[in-house]
Amino acid sequence: MRLFTSLLVFACLCLSSMAQATIPPELLKPLSGDDPDARVAAVAQIAALATPEAAKVLQALQDDALYAAPDGKVYVVDGEQAYDPASGQSVPLPDGIDGVMVNNRLRAAVAGALSGLQLLAPQRTVRLAAAQALQKAIDPAQIPLIRTALARESDADIKQLLQVLIASANLHAPDAATRKQAVLALAGSSDARLLPVLQAMLEKGGEPDEAVQLAAIETMRQIKGRVSRMELAGNVFYGISLGSVLLLAALGLAITFGLMGIINMAHGELLMIGAYTTYLCQLFFRSYLPAMQEWYLLAALPAAFVVAGLVGVALERTVIRWLYGRPLETLLATWGISLILMQLVRTIFGAQNVEVANPAWMSGGVTVLGGLVLPYNRLAIIVFAIIVVVAVWLILNKTRLGLFVRAVTQNRRMADCVGVATGKVDMLTFGLGSGIAGLGGVALSQLGNVGPDLGQSYIVDSFMVVVLGGVGQLAGTVIAALGLGEVNKFLEPVAGAVLAKIAILVFIIIFIQRRPQGLFAMKGRSVE
Amino acid sequence: MTTSYPIKQGLFTRPVWLAIAACTLLAALLPILNLAFAEGHALHVSAYTVALVGKFMCYALAALALDLVWGYTGILSLGHGVFFALGAYAHGMYLMRAIGDQGQYHSSLPDFMVFLDWKTYPWYWAFTEHFWYCMALVVLVPGVLAFVFGYFAFRSRIKGVYFSIITQAMTYAFMLLFFRNDTGFGGNNGFTDFKTILGHSITAPATRAVLFLLTLAFLLAALIGARAIVRSKLGRVLQGVRDSEARLMFLGYNPLWFKLFVWTLSAVLCGIAGALYVPQVGIINPSEMSPANSIEMVVWVAVGGRGTLLGPIVGAFTVNGLKSWFTAALPELWLFALGLLFIVVTLFLQQGMLGVLSKFKRKPVVAEEGA
Repeated sequence: MRLFTSLLVFACLCLSSMAQATIPPELLKPLSGDDPDARVAAVAQIAALATPEAAKVLQALQDDALYAAPDGKVYVVDGEQAYDPASGQSVPLPDGIDGVMVNNRLRAAVAGALSGLQLLAPQRTVRLAAAQALQKAIDPAQIPLIRTALARESDADIKQLLQVLIASANLHAPDAATRKQAVLALAGSSDARLLPVLQAMLEKGGEPDEAVQLAAIETMRQIKGRVSRMELAGNVFYGISLGSVLLLAALGLAITFGLMGIINMAHGELLMIGAYTTYLCQLFFRSYLPAMQEWYLLAALPAAFVVAGLVGVALERTVIRWLYGRPLETLLATWGISLILMQLVRTIFGAQNVEVANPAWMSGGVTVLGGLVLPYNRLAIIVFAIIVVVAVWLILNKTRLGLFVRAVTQNRRMADCVGVATGKVDMLTFGLGSGIAGLGGVALSQLGNVGPDLGQSYIVDSFMVVVLGGVGQLAGTVIAALGLGEVNKFLEPVAGAVLAKIAILVFIIIFIQRRPQGLFAMKGRSVE
Repeated sequence: MTTSYPIKQGLFTRPVWLAIAACTLLAALLPILNLAFAEGHALHVSAYTVALVGKFMCYALAALALDLVWGYTGILSLGHGVFFALGAYAHGMYLMRAIGDQGQYHSSLPDFMVFLDWKTYPWYWAFTEHFWYCMALVVLVPGVLAFVFGYFAFRSRIKGVYFSIITQAMTYAFMLLFFRNDTGFGGNNGFTDFKTILGHSITAPATRAVLFLLTLAFLLAALIGARAIVRSKLGRVLQGVRDSEARLMFLGYNPLWFKLFVWTLSAVLCGIAGALYVPQVGIINPSEMSPANSIEMVVWVAVGGRGTLLGPIVGAFTVNGLKSWFTAALPELWLFALGLLFIVVTLFLQQGMLGVLSKFKRKPVVAEEGA
């Protein structure tokens, strides 16, 4: 109840300061004076009023539109009009006014104050950006302004940021009690940039007061804990994200290689075809449906599935089906196909990468844990991977085609005997796997470069995922992809990206020696 | 693909011996004609041709090595480029040391180390200034790598495509490793700008002729040696591994050591091919280890005819000859042609070019029995 009353009082105060709508003349007076310290102080005090008029005066100061009359009163001049900030009235242009001189020091103070005033902007994003900008260089003179902003702020994240701002500005206050309070207030922050500041307090010539030093040690411990938790969460997230990319790249292969046993070296090129289909969809939308441009990806998904699927069906009918039961030959023939497809794309679209833009709704990100940014495109890929996996699982386990696929995989002859058209099932299965590769290509087009060599960079990874997961095991593929993604992201900071990748390849090579069947070995009759 | 040989017979039939001898003489003539006749003379052979044929012979040696494991033992390696490149790098280390302070920066260290601001050679460069030590490395590095890799892979009975895929992963990992500048092998650029070999200028026509003839000798020796191996009892066991490994095991053989022997031998031959390649071509960089290069080696064997020993040599010359012609005349079409070659060979020409030839013969060199 008391809290409520104090809030009410606060609100009234704010309202009253708004209603006043003028700036006390004693604050304006120093602006036209000669004392540089007084002028800078006046700028901070005006900013702390946090009224639209204050913003107007500061803006005028920055734009060199603030003039001073001989009597020391200042006016905001706009063409033939003058505005008196002390009274809040427009007045005729007084005689003998002269521009207020702004030197670099004052200009910096004004710029700081103006960006500080953005803390009061109505849009949350602007306020957040302003608070983050202030975090980089905080000036104690802005404390009053930040306090005003803090009183008005409703968003919890920004509120916390502002508290940290005030605390870090107070770290060098003359009064030990204030400093201690400031240090303790920082304990709730998760900003790694505060650590060196606090560390400096502990060193010689830093903080004289022992109690404050102790507080600083405790605060550092807490911040460090939070920062490392955040890093951990970040690694986990980016690992899942990388895992989803691997999964999307490998899922098609899990069907063509895992279920059908076809070593499809052209799998990477099917990904590439998916990515180029996305590019074509984007071009189409740009030319014919510019209003819907943001949503071209939704059209690209079915298009990529169909195009890559049809290419897959064509490959199966013309080349691969003659090579069933001869895996090594299949490998070579599909490698030849991959060369042809790559060169074909190079001939049509050129050897350069093409530009595939992220739609606006995929840029930006959501901030969690007070500083960890999860980009929307990464989140979208994770969600997309989940959807595709669920869809594949449903197709394989709940549809008639899936039933046939599993029947043919387990016992081709018996399936043939009971009337399954095995040839047709082979074609459709391969088409399905290829179509899913096309979907993977759409996802990849949003993350990296789209060029004729796109597939080459994923082919080894894709095979690793399928082999590691265990051939013929959808769950194994999922877990292998996510596991590889996580391991990669956790190794990267220790060993560097390339060495991490090499370490993983070596790990897989060794792993396959130990368990040639993969993580999830098939049991029972389907074992060879 | 069961094959059988008449028991007591020479390594090759008389016509094949004659063909081999003719080809060898013809090849040996190239550098001699290059040296003997001045430029512009009708019988002059350009230095370019000599270098090109020399390069092809290195490829042929690598293809022969690959055929021993693929064609005769049924182990398809997609990572033979690694052994080739390691042999090349081992020789390249000596050649880099031989540059001395003639490099761009006139330092006693190779240019790329100066660039990285290294002051001394890393430990694994020790003794590489000695030619024979490097020659030992040419044999040992690919050999030991193949032995260790093969031991673990064959012991856990990794077969067929699984083996192919992990060999591909191996070459990919090595490529990434060698692309790093910190690895100490020149990163992206690899080794190049060689000046001398054993005190002789590497660009001199006489040096080139010696290298060429050396390559020819190695190729010939490898061909005859490989023939002796595949005709021996050991070779029969290898073909047994290829045709039915399970049956061979039931008969009481342990395929591990047979496979390991031929796999290691093949890697060593590949390493030697790489070592002969480096001074003739003048550059070695990590792209030789790219998975695509290793697969291209496989296609040389497939085109020529796997499971024959002359086939890979013919294939290496044919495919690389085509490549040289295409990349000069119709560069955009080369990958189409290569891709088609892969498909046509696997779909229609499973025995390769030699298989086609042997169909026209009355008395086939290799008698075929029912499959």
